[in-house]
Amino acid sequence: MSVAVKHISKRFGTFPALRDVSLEVQTGELLALLGPSGSGKTTLLRVIAGLEIPDAGQVTFVDEDVTEKSAYERRAGFVFQHYALFQHMNVYENIAFGLRVLPRKARPNAAAITKRVNELLKLIQLEGYEQRMPSQLSGGQRQRVALARSLAIEPRVLLLDEPFGALDAKVRKDLRKWLRHFHDQTHLTSLFVTHDQEEAFELADRVVIFNEGRIQQIGLPSELRENPQNDFVRDFLES
Amino acid sequence: MRRATSDHWLMRCLLIAITGAFILFFLIFPVAVILVEALRNGIGFYFSSLTAHHSQTAIRLTLLVALAVVPLNTIFGVCAAWAVTHFQFRGKALLISLIEIPLWVSPVIGGLVFALIFGQKGWLGPWLTAHNIQILFAYPGIVLATAFVTFPFVARGLIPLMQSQGSAEEEAALTLGANGWQLFWRVSFPKIKWGVLHGMILCNARAMGEFGAVSVVAGSVDDRITMPLQIEQYYLNFSLPQAFALASLLLLLSVITLAIKIALEWRKLAPVITRLH
Amino acid sequence: MNAVSPIVERRYRQTPLETVQKQPQIFRRISRKHILPGFHLTLGFTIFYLSTIVLIPLAALVLKTVTPTADFPSIYHVIGHVVRVAFDLRSLDSYRLSFGLSFVAALLDGFFGFIAAWALIRYSFPGKKIVDAMVDLPFAMPTSVAGLALTQVFSTNGGYIGQVLDEWFGWKIAYTVWGILIALTFIGFPFVVRTLQPVMADLAVEVEEAAACLGANRWQTFCRVIFPAVSPALLTGIMLAFGRAVGEYGSIVFISSMIPYLTEITPQLIIIKLEEFDYVGAAGLGLVMLLMSFFIVASVNLLQHLATRHRRVA
Repeated sequence: MSVAVKHISKRFGTFPALRDVSLEVQTGELLALLGPSGSGKTTLLRVIAGLEIPDAGQVTFVDEDVTEKSAYERRAGFVFQHYALFQHMNVYENIAFGLRVLPRKARPNAAAITKRVNELLKLIQLEGYEQRMPSQLSGGQRQRVALARSLAIEPRVLLLDEPFGALDAKVRKDLRKWLRHFHDQTHLTSLFVTHDQEEAFELADRVVIFNEGRIQQIGLPSELRENPQNDFVRDFLES
Repeated sequence: MRRATSDHWLMRCLLIAITGAFILFFLIFPVAVILVEALRNGIGFYFSSLTAHHSQTAIRLTLLVALAVVPLNTIFGVCAAWAVTHFQFRGKALLISLIEIPLWVSPVIGGLVFALIFGQKGWLGPWLTAHNIQILFAYPGIVLATAFVTFPFVARGLIPLMQSQGSAEEEAALTLGANGWQLFWRVSFPKIKWGVLHGMILCNARAMGEFGAVSVVAGSVDDRITMPLQIEQYYLNFSLPQAFALASLLLLLSVITLAIKIALEWRKLAPVITRLH
Repeated sequence: MNAVSPIVERRYRQTPLETVQKQPQIFRRISRKHILPGFHLTLGFTIFYLSTIVLIPLAALVLKTVTPTADFPSIYHVIGHVVRVAFDLRSLDSYRLSFGLSFVAALLDGFFGFIAAWALIRYSFPGKKIVDAMVDLPFAMPTSVAGLALTQVFSTNGGYIGQVLDEWFGWKIAYTVWGILIALTFIGFPFVVRTLQPVMADLAVEVEEAAACLGANRWQTFCRVIFPAVSPALLTGIMLAFGRAVGEYGSIVFISSMIPYLTEITPQLIIIKLEEFDYVGAAGLGLVMLLMSFFIVASVNLLQHLATRHRRVA
């Protein structure tokens, strides 16, 4: 078991975003967090990344309790919904960033960094784009650069927040296939948030359905369809 | 041309004429006058006015004051903007309003408050005299009073700028393993550097040109006054050409400041602040 | 495997969901409150610097008006002196001058500023960009330079407008109240223009077109549709110009003859009190000006609040 959250609760002011959420993610699994807006799925993702501090509960990465650890100690790769690329850096510098900010002892030399960046560019099929600025890229290309950037630090888990939300339908479909293929190759434990059922069911090994800060049901896509555990899940999947 | 919403051509001419006349007589004319009067007695006299002893000491002091005030206020502005943008805490709105206080009060108040503390009959007055430390009528006092008056400029520019940029890039850098300083220098500073410059030049222009607050803390002690006060001294001593010569230097400074400010705002590199300066 | 003790875990499993929410912390206090670094450093320095440069000095001002000194042994003496100075005839005359003239200047700025903003937003004419840039001039110019220039322009033997007006009409401007008025108008002009411009630019053309379709002529459209929409911004601009003019000192020093009771503004009086070592009196006058400033700030905020409330309802 790779990532586990236990009894996570989080409020924003008076709004309860997460209510006693517990979840175990298997190593190498691609897990979808699915639900309507405001159901708490993005909040949970951010809690796992260390970008939100829960009011209560625990987060573990492979036997290590990381609840007290800050985001940069957790080494969770995070891909933001609107990419959050560094606008003033080109593609190369964006991807190399995680390597360049390593403490001196752990930092690879310039040649090693270039090698790694080139490997990643090949992986995301954007070779030759090193000098381009984010503003010169299309949405799909930016998304891939954001992915490569978070992969550069060799994360233990990959977290994607509505990765295809800002893209148009055709690009979305292509990237979906690409992400599945990528996951099959790398077997990196990944969680992604989406409100699109089709996407969740097509991509994920297991799907977690959220509503109002609670997990409604977890299971294989086929299980969820055949055995919805409550009314919400049934209605949500039918719509 | 939207006929229904455009004004009669006569009205347009009239309003443009009024605007033009107002700007001409009120704004352009005084500027032109400074240049004319400064050069009235020829270029030679102009330069000798600027190199005169009193002018030199005034220029030097003004530069030294700006050298202290601008960096301090810039550091403050960056800190305040960082705290306000990236964190939630109680009293944030109050903090922002407090920062704006110096813009609303008369500069004379800015000098008055320090006179009340450090003056002869002030709180620390007797202690300072006993230890032979000079705050008022000296460099430290002028720096304090000028810092008060120019306090908000950098912060006011940076706060809306950083808030509109949000925290996403910083959070991304955090997940990639950057520590505090790396975050700031590699990710945040490149985004805000033009805003910082914008605030710094406004702060600088105001610091060098400040009259009221410095007048209170420095009085008219020879050789210990800044350029604006020296202009007043020349004026009161009927040395008009020298006054205008020195004034033309400050005018040059304000024209350069205005040019840079407009250039940055037109390119949308820094937000336009329409309220008080 | 995990750090949770069995006892705690048992308690956890038995706790129903609802009560979990009510408990602020469960078994561990999460120590970090902020994600990004630098909270204590930046907020700490911010508060320190703010206090040192602004808050403590201002507190000193207020305290000075209520603290007994050698000359005024009890709190009643102190406050009594403050009140006496604040309501002295010379002070009252200075308020009349400072606040009164500032108010008139602000109104003048409102009038000319409105016209200028309208012309700059709505019309195009040669040199418009330059004129637009010139509006910021009083912002950028040091007050002493402005004072010197205006005095020269409007004085009777300067060789410019002042001399012309004196020879033709016998009007004297510099060293009179009129000179002060002109200086204050100069100072406040950009505030009105820059406050009005964005609001005027935002006016939806469709609204004016609708009025025209409904049969309103240009003047009616202006009075009933356009002016009400921009009047909050106009008022705000006038208040801002007023606030700025009230505090103005540098330019007035040059263009005013500083005669007590006649052409003496309140900041000047404060300085005189300091020179006489009447610190308490100076502090009292400072307090009056401070209160006036806060009043202006409150009005501006109120006006802006009312203005945006209208827009939200609409």
